Amino acid sequence: MAIRVLKPGLATTVQDAGREGYYNVGIPLSGALDQYSFRAANLLVGNDESAAVLECTLMGPELEFQRDAVIAVTGAELAPKLNGTAASRNQAIAVKAGTVVSFDFMRTGARAYIAVAGGIDVPVILGSRSTYGLGAFGGFQGRKLQAGDVVPVGAPKGKPKIGKRVPDDLAVPLPKELELRVVPGMYFHRITDESAQTFFEDTWTVALEADRIGYRYKQGRALKFRDRKQPFGAGSDPSNIVDAGYPYGSIQVPGGLEPIILHRDAVSGGGYAMIGTVISADMDRIAQMQPNNKARFIKVDLDAALSARADRNQRLQRLRAVLV
Amino acid sequence: MAIGTARYSLGADEHIFVELSEEMSLEAFFKGMAITTALEKKKVPGVAEICPANASYQVKFDPDVTHPNEMMKLLQQLERDVGSVELELNTRIIEIPVLYNDPWTRETLMRFRERHQEPNSTDIEYATRINHFKSVDEFIAAHSGSPWFVSMVGFVAGLPFLFQLVERAKQIEVPKYLRPRTDTPKLTIGHGGCFGCIYSVRGAGGYQMFGITPAPIFDPAQGLPYFKEFMCLFRPGDIVKFKAIDRAEYDGAVKQVETGTFGLRIRPVGFAMKKFLADPAGYNHKLEEVLYGN
Repeated sequence: MAIRVLKPGLATTVQDAGREGYYNVGIPLSGALDQYSFRAANLLVGNDESAAVLECTLMGPELEFQRDAVIAVTGAELAPKLNGTAASRNQAIAVKAGTVVSFDFMRTGARAYIAVAGGIDVPVILGSRSTYGLGAFGGFQGRKLQAGDVVPVGAPKGKPKIGKRVPDDLAVPLPKELELRVVPGMYFHRITDESAQTFFEDTWTVALEADRIGYRYKQGRALKFRDRKQPFGAGSDPSNIVDAGYPYGSIQVPGGLEPIILHRDAVSGGGYAMIGTVISADMDRIAQMQPNNKARFIKVDLDAALSARADRNQRLQRLRAVLV
Repeated sequence: MAIGTARYSLGADEHIFVELSEEMSLEAFFKGMAITTALEKKKVPGVAEICPANASYQVKFDPDVTHPNEMMKLLQQLERDVGSVELELNTRIIEIPVLYNDPWTRETLMRFRERHQEPNSTDIEYATRINHFKSVDEFIAAHSGSPWFVSMVGFVAGLPFLFQLVERAKQIEVPKYLRPRTDTPKLTIGHGGCFGCIYSVRGAGGYQMFGITPAPIFDPAQGLPYFKEFMCLFRPGDIVKFKAIDRAEYDGAVKQVETGTFGLRIRPVGFAMKKFLADPAGYNHKLEEVLYGN
């Protein structure tokens, strides 16, 4: 079984739960940016929840199915069409052989997930089928899909239940303005007291430079770094440090101007001071932000981060209970 | 560096970031290597990533398995444990051939001249002048004369940051480009601040460009024999010795890469920090004996 790509969309890649254990040599996690929606899509079509899917960014592809299949579309508000006829999101739908699956424009959110019963069957590299674009490996030939690609699909494990759907209260929320919770730390002490306040007071706008590597935010007040004699090896700008590892979700502010939050295709390290880290429970939400969406950063402590993490895990448990 | 001087910080709920020193030093790097090596051996449940860097390191872990406060205590204990032992590293020394002043980085640096501190000279001429070398040849002799530690691998897959094994006064220092380039040839030998690097893939970059190596350092297809175990050549803690080559040697090596017959001189070696610090030049001479002896 395979899927022929008629139109690739803007940035459609194969992703799964990602590859851990190689960040020390600069190979990042990769994997679906919105892990919750990705898992929902798999559960709907009866896959293991970490099977490989297609992640579509801001625009859907056009796909021709060579055999009968069961698919599900989750995440961003991107309505599928089967041979031009509207079909449902967040639901297992049957696709007959020869059908062309296309999409409306993406209304809200930024990333939709297309799961196919059987999973996308590209080779496993370092434990994952995810695409790592900068390293040009994983996924489908290490790159975004292109017109003419024929993407292999594995054999479904059982017979998925057509019509199975994600209850509304368990679908991913897609607000155009949201709050991202941040634990300050690492080099937070390098910015002035005033900047330590304005960073959390201002409303920030997602810039055009927002992708799987990182999300850039603009239109907040510039941050000022405290004066100091730069340490040996740190570089001359006050926002520079001796090159260090960057946590996922860490926030750097080159030149004090525009905060960048690193996501799952992160550059693994560099010489810009990190002033804090977005909590793990909010990483999925970043994935659904479009350019020009707004965000505020909310200062939280470790306990709040751990309790948000527990809430998110519980929500995922409820989803599993409903869909498995 | 005193024991108990590291600064511990949370990277939200899944990371702990440890700054061993604000400034770069061989001692800080070595301490990070010792702690991260010890942590790896401990096989702590939930630990997903252990990433040593130049003068810091970070750990990513599942806080549902090991609580961040527990992890923090454990790392602090490790710092105390390694603080009192003589630091030695069992590692490798690798010779990397370099065509300095090559046509490809030269073409690239000319394209981005308006982003450079000195639009009227090349990167290597600029570095020669501000580091007070008499000629580019003398600069190349210094760059390729003493070995370098791989003090971090990252930014992108397989890219080594390199810290030269010489006294601080002899270290080459250059600022990064005023504004980063949007292009850098693959396998460019770069330098920014006190760090050298080798660009593993083509792409953006802000380091000064001195030359290019024919030796692939990152290959997802794992074509050459030295990629048999893994797609990245370098690991933190490797030692690199550059060797200047000419255009004919470069072209010959590229041909060997294409036919899959290219190899690198790689030898196992031990490194003892105190012995090095006592006599850097003499110690480097011994490292070279290991590299070129039989």
